[in-house]
Amino acid sequence: MSDDDVQDAGFDEWLDAAEDDAAYCLECPEGHASLPPRRVCPDCGATDLEETVLPDSGEIQTFTVTHVPTPAFEEDAPYATAVAAFGPVRLTGQVVGADLETVETGLEVELEITVSETTGERILGFSPV
Amino acid sequence: MSDVRVAGSGLTAFGHSPERTSRDLFAEATVTAFEESDVPRSDVDALLYGNFMGELSEHQGHHGPLMAEAAGIQAPATRYESACASSGAAVRDAVFRIRNGEDNVVLVGGAERMTNLGTAGATEALAIAADDLWEVRAGMTFPGAYALMAQAYFDEYGGEHEDLAHVAMKNHENALTNEKAQYQSAIEIEDVLEAPPVSEPLGLYDSCPISDGAAAAVLVSEEYAEEHDLDAPVSISGTGQGGDRMALHDREYLARSPAAREAGEEAYADAGIDAADVDVAEVHDCFTIAEVLAIEALDLEPVGEGISAARDGRTTADGETPINLSGGLKAKGHPVGATGVSQIAELSDLLSGDHPNSEFVSDAATGVAHNAGGTVASATVHVLEVDR
Repeated sequence: MSDDDVQDAGFDEWLDAAEDDAAYCLECPEGHASLPPRRVCPDCGATDLEETVLPDSGEIQTFTVTHVPTPAFEEDAPYATAVAAFGPVRLTGQVVGADLETVETGLEVELEITVSETTGERILGFSPV
Repeated sequence: MSDVRVAGSGLTAFGHSPERTSRDLFAEATVTAFEESDVPRSDVDALLYGNFMGELSEHQGHHGPLMAEAAGIQAPATRYESACASSGAAVRDAVFRIRNGEDNVVLVGGAERMTNLGTAGATEALAIAADDLWEVRAGMTFPGAYALMAQAYFDEYGGEHEDLAHVAMKNHENALTNEKAQYQSAIEIEDVLEAPPVSEPLGLYDSCPISDGAAAAVLVSEEYAEEHDLDAPVSISGTGQGGDRMALHDREYLARSPAAREAGEEAYADAGIDAADVDVAEVHDCFTIAEVLAIEALDLEPVGEGISAARDGRTTADGETPINLSGGLKAKGHPVGATGVSQIAELSDLLSGDHPNSEFVSDAATGVAHNAGGTVASATVHVLEVDR
């Protein structure tokens, strides 16, 4: 974001929804799922996309522990980043509320919108169920 | 349709020169390329120039005319940006321009100034090749993205960090005689395994360095080469490009690179070859795992088996298909916008016998250059063949 007061339409609403335990993806009539902001299905070009609520929990499919961060995460490092599947979509998030050594493929997690220790910006996070 | 010939090329030393501007780096590479090619600057029809992070590192956009001026040519010039595949994309369009008869002589190249940003700043700049909203804001770095792929690969196909260490050791070994390389020093397996972690399982020696540098090549039509009696034994006989979803999590596979496979298949078909014909390759090893994914995507190794290729000696200098005889991005360095053209320059020299490592490929007829952007959301592949 170039100006702290300006939001990213579509993305910030999604974070708001995730904070209310109502995270969603967008589905086209063919059942392809994607993330907002989105007007067109990236798989088939359909333009009638509908919000579908994501399951409460997901599963980590791969992960890493980052020691050399960008400046925006300087005070967060070391931290674990994971890709987790939530129903029809995957998400990339920071694993919170878990010892770094316990993060592994197959771990069941739920969404938790947290904030960066460095910038105070909201972060898409995963916490173990 | 005209054949495309490499008339000459030039590289700066890759490495740490934070004070040097990209216009100065690129100018140096072009001086060498013009000297080597014996093509007058006045014959250049166009400049296609690759650069990724100039806005961030030099507060500079609109690089085309700036770099034409630096090279001393009066020709239309355009910048290409496709993250780390920027100048690979420039080469591809240069091939099209020459083939369709629009141009006879195209200057392709690229440059990147990175080390003036420092490690944290360069890490931040490289991260813009990923999806800002859905990846970078969650804390994913570029090494982090490749670490996610490495872990997924280990989970799916097996392998361990030590296998990746063999890739790093091989590429450092290959760079020992390359005077342009950032690292001309041998490393051992223990050095890689004991190096500070960057994004686990990847450590410092699994990662290419942050580099300043430039590359340039003068590409000409076969007719032009004949008419001017140029010594240009290497042709670019195949070109391919592939694409994929921007974010790693949106891809079908977390441990494969379909965009590179698509680019490779297209380039092989374009050149009328198949993977078995490839004698040598320069692939985009920004991280050790990236070389594994690249050789599988190029069909030089079956999926799931590329992990053992360096360890078992199939891709070493004296192996069946030497990979990254230049030292690769890992040891030669990775000035992002210059990398695609530098691969063409190294491969062309390897095939024509003008490279310090040419002795390892003295019978080679066919080489492949693989350049990848982001987590391989974009990729270009080129086939080079030498007259024997």
